[in-house]
Amino acid sequence: MNLERFLSRAVQSVPPSGIRKFFDIVSEMKDALSLGVGEPDFVTPWSIRDMGIYSIEEGHTHYTSNYGLLELRKEISNYLRRRFDLNYPNYREQILVTVGASEAIDIALRSIINPGDEVLIPEPSFVSYKPCTIFAGGVPVEVPTKSENDFKLRAEDIIPKITPRTKALILSYPNNPTGAIMTKEDLKELVDVLKDKDIIVISDEIYAELTYEGEHVSIANFPEMKDKTILINGFSKAFAMTGWRLGFVAANEVFIKAMAKVHQYIIMSAPTFSQYAAIEALRSGAAEVEKMREEYNRRRRYTVSRFNKMGLECFEPKGAFYVFPSIKSTGLSSEQFAEKLLYQQKVAVVPGTAFGSCGEGFIRCSYAYSIETIKEALDRIERFVINLKAPSQSQEIQKNSVVVEK
Amino acid sequence: MNIEVKVLELLEQNPKFSAEEIAIMLNEKKEEIEKIIKKLEEEKVIVKYHTIVNWEKTEKEVVEAIIEVKVTPQRGVGYDAIAKRIYKFPEVKAVYLLSGNYDLHVIVEGKTMKDIAHFVGSKLAPLEYVLSTATHFIMKKYKDAGVILEDGEKDDREVITP
Repeated sequence: MNLERFLSRAVQSVPPSGIRKFFDIVSEMKDALSLGVGEPDFVTPWSIRDMGIYSIEEGHTHYTSNYGLLELRKEISNYLRRRFDLNYPNYREQILVTVGASEAIDIALRSIINPGDEVLIPEPSFVSYKPCTIFAGGVPVEVPTKSENDFKLRAEDIIPKITPRTKALILSYPNNPTGAIMTKEDLKELVDVLKDKDIIVISDEIYAELTYEGEHVSIANFPEMKDKTILINGFSKAFAMTGWRLGFVAANEVFIKAMAKVHQYIIMSAPTFSQYAAIEALRSGAAEVEKMREEYNRRRRYTVSRFNKMGLECFEPKGAFYVFPSIKSTGLSSEQFAEKLLYQQKVAVVPGTAFGSCGEGFIRCSYAYSIETIKEALDRIERFVINLKAPSQSQEIQKNSVVVEK
Repeated sequence: MNIEVKVLELLEQNPKFSAEEIAIMLNEKKEEIEKIIKKLEEEKVIVKYHTIVNWEKTEKEVVEAIIEVKVTPQRGVGYDAIAKRIYKFPEVKAVYLLSGNYDLHVIVEGKTMKDIAHFVGSKLAPLEYVLSTATHFIMKKYKDAGVILEDGEKDDREVITP
């Protein structure tokens, strides 16, 4: 019996993840090195883990308020003001604790999308935005960003994509997979386009803490945009807490109330021990975050420099923990490059196309690994690139040797 | 943070980093890093490049003990003279002056427990100005020089994630 005909059109229309194929090959391969991971290599700092354990010992094993522990929401409000100059003082009604930033993306879209509403999604970008838009009944509109702009979103990129049906824009900076960031000036250009339009910005700032040059700026820092912005952040990347599944949304009361409605019926409340651990993260985690950021920064400089040296041109990413080098000079497609690299040198990277069609010609490499692992993986990639070029190079050597003989 | 401190932190983490690698990681010139390292070595800020070994995993038999030593400080030189007499012995790995119940914290290494007992009984305890000693053999090292020695917390991440 064909059971697939029972599946919803929305689910059927979403293609399987572009990452899956490589995942299956790498999992089978022994001694393969992966630069394909989208989460920190650090284990959650001990004091945060300890607080999670303690909360369980204390018997905090029940649901919390739908919105999340009041104490945690208060800490989030303080943190946003202290760290990013973002004011959400009414933390009872302006902040909602979610199951990771992932849930926040989903409920934000579900709370505002009517069937047929268009959502602008700059690409390359994290893989969830498009499917979540489709599941919410919306229509994803791809907005390609360009390598010559360091993958920043420009006003000229979005203007032609705006229609009367445009409901929302998803902003995701610092960006996964490119590592691009948006400075205040970059954002200003967008604000000028958006301020008079009925377009909601869903700003996914999960990598905000991992900004290596200057301070992170949010579009919600612009007073004319604050009420129209749904700000998403979480604990996964900055505090190395991916497995705890904890994120949050900060927005105007109207949006939070709507999202809380969805959240309370599908989730009830975010995991309680994670919430207690998160309180500790916000109260005492700053030094650990700083240490990890410094470490990522060193790896970032090393990785970028190595790619440029081996002839895979790589713009300097200023956030997150990814580099996005161009592999166009090899003449291979992103998929071919990733696959050959995996089979020949046993290094896994993610083809840029997994993050949108404009990622063609690029690969994503994560530097959330020890410097020793990064070094070894880059040595292998370098060997791979040299082997690709080998035929033409050996010809050059022959020519040179002729010259020498003369 | 001062660039010298950053170089030292990296070398403490891994003395095998080359000057060039450090330069890239810290966004400095290679020549500058070489100069800094040379200076730090000359000034004995970098005392020695040391490898942390988990001897338990090897065939070599090593025993270590911590010895609490109570001493009488001497006029004019305080504890320094007696500390010097102790740290000159090659068996002694470390000597610290402490506040609290005893004065000198001495770490001694030997092949067997008998070796150490012999050292304490024949060399350390009879020293002039040493009032008493208490020897504690180290049974197991969990963490040394900031490094956890057990094989814990492996990378258990999925190999590729978005």
